[in-house]
Amino acid sequence: MCLAIPGKIHSIETQHGGLVRMAKVQFGGITKEASLEMVPAAKIGDFVLVHVGVAISIVDEAEAQKSFSYLEEIGELDELILQTQI
Amino acid sequence: MKFLTEFRDSDVISQYVDEISRAVTRPWKIMEVCGGQTHSLVKNGILQMLPDNVRMVHGPGCPVCVTPLNQIDKAVFLAEKCSVILCSYGDMLRVPGSKHSLLESKAAGADVRILYSPLEAVKIARENPEKEVVFFAVGFETTAPANALSVLHAHRQGIKNYSILTSHVLVPPAMEAILNDEESKIQGFLAAGHVCTIMGMDEYFPLAEQYQIPVVVTGFEPVDLVQGILMIVRQLEKGEHFLENQYTRVVRPEGNREAQKVIEQVFEICDREWRGIGNIPASGYELRPEFASFDANKKFSVNIEKVSESTECIAGQVLKGIKKPHECPQFGKKCKPQSPLGAPMVSSEGACAAYYHFSMAMEFTT
Repeated sequence: MCLAIPGKIHSIETQHGGLVRMAKVQFGGITKEASLEMVPAAKIGDFVLVHVGVAISIVDEAEAQKSFSYLEEIGELDELILQTQI
Repeated sequence: MKFLTEFRDSDVISQYVDEISRAVTRPWKIMEVCGGQTHSLVKNGILQMLPDNVRMVHGPGCPVCVTPLNQIDKAVFLAEKCSVILCSYGDMLRVPGSKHSLLESKAAGADVRILYSPLEAVKIARENPEKEVVFFAVGFETTAPANALSVLHAHRQGIKNYSILTSHVLVPPAMEAILNDEESKIQGFLAAGHVCTIMGMDEYFPLAEQYQIPVVVTGFEPVDLVQGILMIVRQLEKGEHFLENQYTRVVRPEGNREAQKVIEQVFEICDREWRGIGNIPASGYELRPEFASFDANKKFSVNIEKVSESTECIAGQVLKGIKKPHECPQFGKKCKPQSPLGAPMVSSEGACAAYYHFSMAMEFTT
């Protein structure tokens, strides 16, 4: 139910007399429409997380990398703690 | 797909699992709150990969599972007796009410529609001015902005034939109810990443502090989940208890302010009945009085009898992490997805349905 998928903003248009920003968002080979009202800073090319037709967050690429360096970081951290204990 | 494929990399998952095995020295009982996380843990076989000392139990974070029976009966009543166009998310349509499900109402001729987004329901209302359109608005904080937005869109466009049947629930009060239940004995929480995307992390500091329990805001992909579990295990093994964020690529500490503004504009907090758990104070949203004309409860007079739940279903104990789905005597026997006794066997995010569909999981996990 809380499923939200990251997709890339392909184009942006305004609807409802300029009140609502809507985007065409690409999820792999599928394109769907999503409201950008909750992410006013989103621009073409950004990856946004879309839930039931509403973009709820802009995915941060630098932060995404942290999941792949975390193990290394905690390894170094543990080593450091061990050294200070000795 | 970017931000999905790399978070499903089996080598990275194995490295995390190895590190969890190295870190763990004692048995720990950890709950993932969100049904989407349950589904991912079971589907990706993570439960079998974890060391025996890490016991994952599955939380109440499946909105379809905790929507009370009488709310489903109300939706069925609206679809059948009030001739409305009744719209909702797919899962909600399959949950049996006391007599039947919305999908069965549809088969019997009612105008029931499965939608991807509540914003589509507003469009249907605009295109069918002679009909009343009701959106059955279930969900947690993640879904609240979209449901609220549909009301604002209808309000702005002067659409009078749109309303919502609200059954919104909130995660932190449910976590607290579980922590206050002496039988649950949860030692660490993977908090629901997408709920925190909207609401931020502030609500969880007091939980971690007051109950001295590690809480890690976690995503939904396999790498997210094993990283979240490792963060919890490291805290537990060191005797620590604080709030951490694993899902930093999406969750900002303050949440999404725009979404919070929309929720505050449209909804107010109310007490809410949780199916299988009971009444939890201040655990739901209802429409503010100024949006009463969009409230299906007020727009239509719905008179339904109060009915009691199946006594054979142990959903309440499953949702509070006291029992695992396969520990229910009726699991896979009288209770199956095609003939469910309770809602967790219906939704794809329900723990019982996840165990049933990926039944290998239950053979190896206890």
